[in-house]
Amino acid sequence: MSKMHIKLTVNGKPVELLAEPRELLIHVLREELSITGPHIGCETTHCGACTIDMDGRSIKSCTVFAAQANGANVTTIEGLGTPDGLHVLQTMFKEHHGLQCGFCTPGMITRAYRLLQENPDPTEEEVRFGMSGNLCRCTGYQNIVKAILAAAAELNAVKEAAQ
Amino acid sequence: MRAFTYERASSVEAAAKAAASNSQARFIAGGTNLLDLMKLEIETPTHLIDINGLGVDKIEGTQEGGVRIGALVRNTDLAAHETIRRDYGLLSRALLAGASGQLRNKATTAGNLLQRTRCPYFYDTNQPCNKRQQGSGCSAIGGFTRQHAVVGTSDACIATHPSDMAVAMRALDAVVETVKADGSRRSVPIEDFHRLPGDTPHIETVLEAGEVVTAVTLPPPVGGKQIYRKVRDRASYAFALVSVGAVIQSDGTGQVAVGGIAHKPWRIATAEAELPRGAKSTADALLADARPTEQNRFKIDLVRRTLGAVLTEARG
Ligand SMILES: Cc1cc2nc3c(=O)[nH]c(=O)nc-3n(C[C@H](O)[C@H](O)[C@H](O)COP(=O)(O)OP(=O)(O)OC[C@H]3O[C@@H](n4cnc5c(N)ncnc54)[C@H](O)[C@@H]3O)c2cc1C
Ligand code: SF4
Ligand code: FES
Ligand code: FES
Repeated sequence: MSKMHIKLTVNGKPVELLAEPRELLIHVLREELSITGPHIGCETTHCGACTIDMDGRSIKSCTVFAAQANGANVTTIEGLGTPDGLHVLQTMFKEHHGLQCGFCTPGMITRAYRLLQENPDPTEEEVRFGMSGNLCRCTGYQNIVKAILAAAAELNAVKEAAQ
Repeated sequence: MRAFTYERASSVEAAAKAAASNSQARFIAGGTNLLDLMKLEIETPTHLIDINGLGVDKIEGTQEGGVRIGALVRNTDLAAHETIRRDYGLLSRALLAGASGQLRNKATTAGNLLQRTRCPYFYDTNQPCNKRQQGSGCSAIGGFTRQHAVVGTSDACIATHPSDMAVAMRALDAVVETVKADGSRRSVPIEDFHRLPGDTPHIETVLEAGEVVTAVTLPPPVGGKQIYRKVRDRASYAFALVSVGAVIQSDGTGQVAVGGIAHKPWRIATAEAELPRGAKSTADALLADARPTEQNRFKIDLVRRTLGAVLTEARG
């Protein structure tokens, strides 16, 4: 099957590659571009481990063909923070024990990032509703919710101080 | 997954023509249902026609005072739209009761109506299934049927339609607008859009080869209390065992459709006439022809109780 020429912006960098139409975006990210932050938990659109930001919206990258993403702007966990400069969400997940094995965490944080863009001051219920597409086998969610609420509070405090 | 060729359609007419000329072609909208079915090789198109660029993605008023929802409007945008929240609250609530944020961001109005059943045997390619492979038999009948339909079933298939949105659309008298491969247009009332399984459960709607859904329209707002109540095995992120979408007026009359119990959203005029007399007589009329299995008989009670809760909420 002939390959298609695909252009993407990933974490701010333009990339070009060839992919078969049937290749899933998650496979292209992980295998062609070595962006291994987004994980494959189920590959059936259920678990949310593969969550990325595409054109300003949270999506599951196992449910998009790379061909469909041609021209898209993609952000993954790699684009949110670095080991030396953690994103507030990463810091709060660490402080509030929002992870154990860490498998769901890149998807959780990438989703939480967009959730806080859409709703900077969510209630606990809104966090739970907004995160319901991300499954975690370890934490029981309590500390994930705490971490996201703490990150929201921190981001809002920083914003207020700047005004 | 099987290999396929891919094109981005440039117009509705071109998409319809391309699909009609190739029986192995499929449209792809949000992809949230089709992709998963392709991974499992339940759907094996050799050609995909991407319809995301067709421009049928707007929500606008109609001349009659209703609203026209483009086929490609995302479930997230539809649920959040001001007019929908104000005048068609039932629709907004039903959408938000389904799937998750990531999925609603991709899922489209037409794709949601056309999503396929969640019958576990349909998903298991090692088991016979008349819907997946015509004439192969139904593994659900005599099998595990807790989730399955209790009304409108046939000896060939007892699957349910899984959509929450479609239940609201049915209660609100939606009309599906389409363009056929020859360029002609038609408007199909939602009650005629989905079919009962009969002896052809693999044919789920009245759409013809290549026919593209372009929009769904709703009549002018009807007011009333608009309630969507979904009962499921866990509080979020699960399909309905039973759901009730209702518009109840202050005099007790109203419109009601039920999900999770049939091959299409279930609405019966004679049952609706019973609404002022309460949940029991309404549910009895809705389910008069029910043929539940031992395992899903509980849905009969569940419909009555869920409807009761909805009517209590409407009075409150
Ligand atoms: C984990 C999970 C949980 C879910 N939970 C729920 C839930 O609780 N409630 C619920 O209601 N739904 C739920 N869904 C289903 C989801 O709502 C559907 O997958 C979605 O609405 C399908 O829309 P789409 O645009 O992605 O369709 P696609 O997958 O793109 O298309 C579906 C079908 O429609 C056809 N099609 C699409 N657009 C058109 C058009 N304009 N004209 C003609 N044919 C067209 C396609 O060819 C395809 O056959 C869930 C899905 C998943 C994966
Ligand atoms: S109920 Fe319908 S979808 Fe399920 S196995 Fe039987 S024929 Fe297939
Ligand atoms: S890997 Fe994509 S949702 Fe699980
Ligand atoms: S931390 Fe292990 S799956 Fe969430």
